[in-house]
Amino acid sequence: MELTGAQSLIKSLEQQGVEVVFGLPGGAILPVYDPIIDSSIRHILVRHEQGAGHAAEGYAQATGRPGVAIVTSGPGATNVVTPLANAYMDSTPLVVVTGQVARSAIGSDAFQEVDITGITAGVTKHNWLVTDAADIPRVVAEAFHVATTGRPGPVLIDFPKDVANATTTWHEPGPIDLPGYSPPSSPDPAAIAAAADLLLAAERPVLYVGGGVLKAEASAALAELVELTGAPVVTTLMARGAFPDSDPRCLGMPGMHGNYTAVTAVQRSDVLVALGSRFDDRVTGKVDAFAPGAKVVHVDVDRAEIGKVRRPDVAVVADCRAAIEALVAVIRGRSGADAADPRRIAPWIALLDEWRQRFPLVYDAARDVPAGGSSLDGGPALKPQFVIEQLRDATPDDTVLVSGVGQHQMWATQFWAFDHPRTWVNSGGLGTMGFAVPAAIGAKVGRPDRTVWAVDGDGCFQMTAQELVTASAERIPVKIAILNNAYLGMVRQWQHMFYEERYSEVYLSPDLPDYVMWAEAMGCVGLRVTSPEEVRPAIDKANAIDDRPVVIDFRTDSMEQVYPMVPSGASNDDIVVHPSQQGLPR
Amino acid sequence: MSVQGTSAGPGRVVPMPGSGSGSGSDARGGRRLRHHVVTLLVENKAGVLVRVAGLFARRGFNIFSLAVAPTHDPRFSRISIVVDVESAPLQQVVDQLDKLVNVVEIGELHPLAAREAELLLLTVSADAVSRSQVIQLAEVFGAKVVDVGADALTLRFASAPEALDDFEEVMRPYGIRELQRTGRIALPKLGREA
Repeated sequence: MELTGAQSLIKSLEQQGVEVVFGLPGGAILPVYDPIIDSSIRHILVRHEQGAGHAAEGYAQATGRPGVAIVTSGPGATNVVTPLANAYMDSTPLVVVTGQVARSAIGSDAFQEVDITGITAGVTKHNWLVTDAADIPRVVAEAFHVATTGRPGPVLIDFPKDVANATTTWHEPGPIDLPGYSPPSSPDPAAIAAAADLLLAAERPVLYVGGGVLKAEASAALAELVELTGAPVVTTLMARGAFPDSDPRCLGMPGMHGNYTAVTAVQRSDVLVALGSRFDDRVTGKVDAFAPGAKVVHVDVDRAEIGKVRRPDVAVVADCRAAIEALVAVIRGRSGADAADPRRIAPWIALLDEWRQRFPLVYDAARDVPAGGSSLDGGPALKPQFVIEQLRDATPDDTVLVSGVGQHQMWATQFWAFDHPRTWVNSGGLGTMGFAVPAAIGAKVGRPDRTVWAVDGDGCFQMTAQELVTASAERIPVKIAILNNAYLGMVRQWQHMFYEERYSEVYLSPDLPDYVMWAEAMGCVGLRVTSPEEVRPAIDKANAIDDRPVVIDFRTDSMEQVYPMVPSGASNDDIVVHPSQQGLPR
Repeated sequence: MSVQGTSAGPGRVVPMPGSGSGSGSDARGGRRLRHHVVTLLVENKAGVLVRVAGLFARRGFNIFSLAVAPTHDPRFSRISIVVDVESAPLQQVVDQLDKLVNVVEIGELHPLAAREAELLLLTVSADAVSRSQVIQLAEVFGAKVVDVGADALTLRFASAPEALDDFEEVMRPYGIRELQRTGRIALPKLGREA
């Protein structure tokens, strides 16, 4: 069967089960856009290539399937570098196809030429420059294989225009032949037994659950492990929803803005079982002072994570689900003195409960702001945490919550209750402002059955808001709650705490731009909320709209800080709790 | 990746035969060795060297020296990298390299368990007075004269890297004009047990 390279590419994507791609055409990728017309694949035309990448990430995080983006060469390609880096940090499976100038022009500084495989080598699991149209089926099959297996991640296929135009014959890709790539398979039984020994002998165990548990679809196995051992769980920023917040054994999120109990439980644990988590600096604080008394079991599908930050006592290199299931099987097989005995940890659980009661997540009641005072209109200042709580209570339990990066992100993860895997979509490792709007679009495309809300900051929103035009045009009814505090709030918080309140370049203004007018201009419904009693009616109104995107401009208290906080580089023991809790015995 | 020695599971990096502990310290001689030799079997594909070198740069690992050449199998090349083990734990270097899709096999060699070799070309001043001394010294080391100029000689010397260091030191007083060394290559020492 004869076909063009471009047709071969689209056919290969169809064979991989791709149902949607996010993209934006241009010169070098033009040949690929012709067969898209005849393809079963839905193409969503974004307004900026960064939006294509983040939308593909949102799609992947919400569904577990790889997200796909197609962009042109040069600036189109460089505009997806941020999403690739973001996906690399957060282990999100992504396949990005970039156009490239013709093979004969490569290296000549041709129009819209960049060395995108060189640029992205450090932020992809692997990338390919296709130099022969006959290779296309094989390269696409390899790309999806690498993106989705082992520790998932982004890959890039660079596709010269003349290869796309070349005539080739179709042949089915054979079995994957990558001699240098083979993700670990089953866990080592000896390591699993050693892990079981440690966990069952522990008096103060904590399961430190990371994003790897979600990637491995290991939530059910984790629930079994908790049922069996009674061990308490902390879920990192990348793992929120991997274990339900509503379960009493879930302590919530550890780390820089984690709650007191989660942070301190990890800190005081005697056995810390890291499941698909990577001892990120936002979790450990000062590494030397992190969980000093804990023996560590580290389960990770990526061998290079083992010992990168903390040397484990037991290492299990395997997919989290396989490892946890093996651990459950071993523990079930134990009897007598070797068996799991939740009574052993009863005093620990009692202590954790005491902390939880003494140090819940709290925020001040709305304070009165005089008319014309600060950036607000006067009256009671709207607390951002209150908005999140109202949103949480007014939306379905399985709502997908998306966020950008900053204070609003931390309040969202703190005050939401995540009870299902893949209901939390955010930018963790890279901390990419502007992630929320395009990622919400991708999440909604992947999960049209779910309500998708994005909680965004005003600074973040301004970075990628143009994708709401995409959402309106494509009838993707996402809902955006801007916590508009008129500041780059997290930077402002650091300047407040560590730079003697010398605020440098963080003020944004609450009404420039006018978010409601901007939303309306992009085809969305725009609403504004300035007082607490307006919050719920506005959310209810937004929830009732299903034919277009909705943006709510919540004018929130500029002065609010995120508590608790472990200052950067400090020990987790030095966690700064909310001012109202600071005198309490620890 | 496939593996040196087939008993370990997939992805397992096994030290090459005779590999040392990886501590970088020399228990027998007491002299502290800061380097290890990591040898990579890589697919002969465009950009592989950039991927390997880029990984070192990105992760803050230091390269002492680097040698690349095709193997007897044209599908693969061998990259020998001398790694500064004080810049990063060796295991982390190896594990990160292992993640590169084009890296098929990794071996690491403790210098005490390896036969190492390096090649040097050196142009040294040698006038009528000093020429015979330089040639004599070259002979002592087993170096070869490969070019003769009016007031200089170019010498070629291949040996263990430490011998090259010594040779350089001996030649320095005569006035080294130009010097080039290749990267270090290494193979594991052979066992003598039957």
